[in-house]
Amino acid sequence: MNTIVKRHTLSVLVENTAGVLSQVSRLFSRKGYNIESLAVGTTDDPAVSRITIEVMCGEQQIGQIINQLRKQFSVYSVRLLPPEQSIRRELVLIKVKAESREVRNEVIQIANIFRASIIDVSTQSLTLAIIGQESKDDALEKLLAEFGILELVRTGMVALERGEATIRNNSGNKVREEFDLGKNIL
Amino acid sequence: MLMRGSQIVMECLLEQGVDTVFGYPGGTILNIYDEFELHGYSQKIHHYLTSHEQGASHAADGYARSTGRVGVCFATSGPGATNLVTGIATAYYDSSPVVFITCNVSENLIGKDSFQEVDITGITMPITKCNFLVKDVNELADVIREAFAIARSGRPGPVLVDIAKNITAIQGQYEYLPLAEHPNHGRLATLLRRSNRDLKSPEPNRGDIDKLLELIAQSQRPMVLVGGGVIRSKGAVPEFRRFIETLDAPVGSTIMGGGACPGNHPLFTGMVGMHGSHASNMATAECDLLIAIGCRFSDRVATDPPSFAQNAKIVHIDIDRAEIDKNVQTYHHIIGDARRVLELLNEKLPQHDFSAWRAQVFARKELPHKKDGILHPHEILETVSALTNGDAIIATDVGQHQMWSCQYYHFSRPGQLLTSGGFGTMGFGLGAAMGATAGNPGKVVVHCTGDGCFRMNCHELATVEHYRFPIITIIFDNRTLGMVRQWQNLIYDKRFSQTTLDRGPDFVKLAEAYGLKGFRVKTQAEFEDAFRQALAAGCGCVIDCAIDMDAMVHPMVSGGSPVTEFLLH
Repeated sequence: MNTIVKRHTLSVLVENTAGVLSQVSRLFSRKGYNIESLAVGTTDDPAVSRITIEVMCGEQQIGQIINQLRKQFSVYSVRLLPPEQSIRRELVLIKVKAESREVRNEVIQIANIFRASIIDVSTQSLTLAIIGQESKDDALEKLLAEFGILELVRTGMVALERGEATIRNNSGNKVREEFDLGKNIL
Repeated sequence: MLMRGSQIVMECLLEQGVDTVFGYPGGTILNIYDEFELHGYSQKIHHYLTSHEQGASHAADGYARSTGRVGVCFATSGPGATNLVTGIATAYYDSSPVVFITCNVSENLIGKDSFQEVDITGITMPITKCNFLVKDVNELADVIREAFAIARSGRPGPVLVDIAKNITAIQGQYEYLPLAEHPNHGRLATLLRRSNRDLKSPEPNRGDIDKLLELIAQSQRPMVLVGGGVIRSKGAVPEFRRFIETLDAPVGSTIMGGGACPGNHPLFTGMVGMHGSHASNMATAECDLLIAIGCRFSDRVATDPPSFAQNAKIVHIDIDRAEIDKNVQTYHHIIGDARRVLELLNEKLPQHDFSAWRAQVFARKELPHKKDGILHPHEILETVSALTNGDAIIATDVGQHQMWSCQYYHFSRPGQLLTSGGFGTMGFGLGAAMGATAGNPGKVVVHCTGDGCFRMNCHELATVEHYRFPIITIIFDNRTLGMVRQWQNLIYDKRFSQTTLDRGPDFVKLAEAYGLKGFRVKTQAEFEDAFRQALAAGCGCVIDCAIDMDAMVHPMVSGGSPVTEFLLH
């Protein structure tokens, strides 16, 4: 049994109704996996939401979770995004203590290097916004730590596949068809 | 046309052809119950009032299992709804199609910890196929139609519809829609459109079928393992019997597969797993091809998954893709409805002859039973079998009597064995027997139970008496929780912690108190006499059978051990 734990990114299309998010997250907690990151929002179709979930677990476990997800009636599509073929981004807002002009200047310089934007300034603080993957965000966070981070918030990763492939473009996928068979409405 | 929400519920039940409902009224579901009187729905739908919501939930489940139709159960909000939970889980684990309709408090009271308010959709999320909270009267009909379609489609299972009380009181739009039209309208149509392909006529993959036929052609020692999927799939049993007879392979069964293969069939080896027969368990280890149909390799069947059928290529046929490779690693699988898969296999499968392999499997015999004048469990069941011509519906509770019932009563058709196989619910049997009696008038229904299980729901004897259900309850009375005691005997060094039931009630007096007939028997002759009287009585009867406290279920494999390593045989 494969027990190498690694990060998996799942993209899930669901019906946009109450309770669907807890239905999806329940499958992770039932297996005892902590969700690393979760982002939800509607898609181009307002009746459909897209959930991006990142979880640390083994190969076999993620397979079981995907199987259980696909069984749910409110789940339309599930895609495991391979790291090498997908783009992942998250937005981080960081409020830094900046009580003097020198500190503010220094923080602004660091922000420029990281292509972070300053979205709020006060006499006591600066708030930065940065979009990226964990390596870039963590590096910035580390540099800002010495000034004193007052607050930090992440949106959670969102991800898409590279190229023209989409989550809906699954035709000819035998596994997907097999799940549809199980949901058949006669 | 405009009508009250509660009337829409009734009309939707009629659309589905529902004529039987089990339930228990209460404050929030009053409007729906009012319809039985106000608009005369009691003429078209028979409502059975139980003693407790749990009994109603098991009755609806037993009705569904024994008739193949969708069971329906009503309950009120709060404790009414939570009393259903064990029944819902029981139905879920055994894939039984039941629609549970509960009412919640009015919308303006939801979320305020109101009197008898509970988040029942949240609670039942893990134990239903799907559930709904209805807060718009114009969606009510649509949701109920979807609930029934989901409950009976694919792998069947329970669905819960929770309706806010005010929705049942206000007027909404309802137009009659024939059942065949349901998939073309509303939410069901959306569900179908969102799926990639036309789901109305799902077909198994022909390449997968051909691959199994090839594997069969190469096999020297094939074996079939049948599970509840063949029982739930409509029309699968005749195809299954044709399949096994053409294949000429030994057939083992899970507890839920009881009735797929007749118990006295020359190819039938008995149950597989923890209390599997010697022949079955050894055959799973010796076969080179295991064709598992509609089963899920639970820990009671594949007690040690890595060693289970380790010399065989396992081919798994199931309608639920999520079951594939969940508990055991398979070599090949076919996804589809058991009936359709078996039909396609039968079209091409040539007649085989595995007589040498069969002889090897059937050479293994079970231990002979002792004959010493005291009443043995197998004697009870053999007597029941003989006096009912093997045609009775048997509802069981959980434990030793359940295993004995499966071992010694020869089931011959689907829906004949009603037992909580997956969830193992003590107290299931009497409720299920009531549902079976309501759904199968004229059939003999026997409820096999233990003294422990019976006390869990024996208050339903009041329901048995009121509706004149001629259920015969047989108590395998060993004055202990027999199965737990068996484990304590074998694994816990005879420390019988809290399993001895050295207390009342007097079951004969209890039966009489409920207006039923009671018998107490100590020998086979006494039992036979009592059972004959019970069959002729035409009313509910309780037969309290004194059996040995240390009678055990043979054979036995302990959990976690390979099925070939018997602790007892």
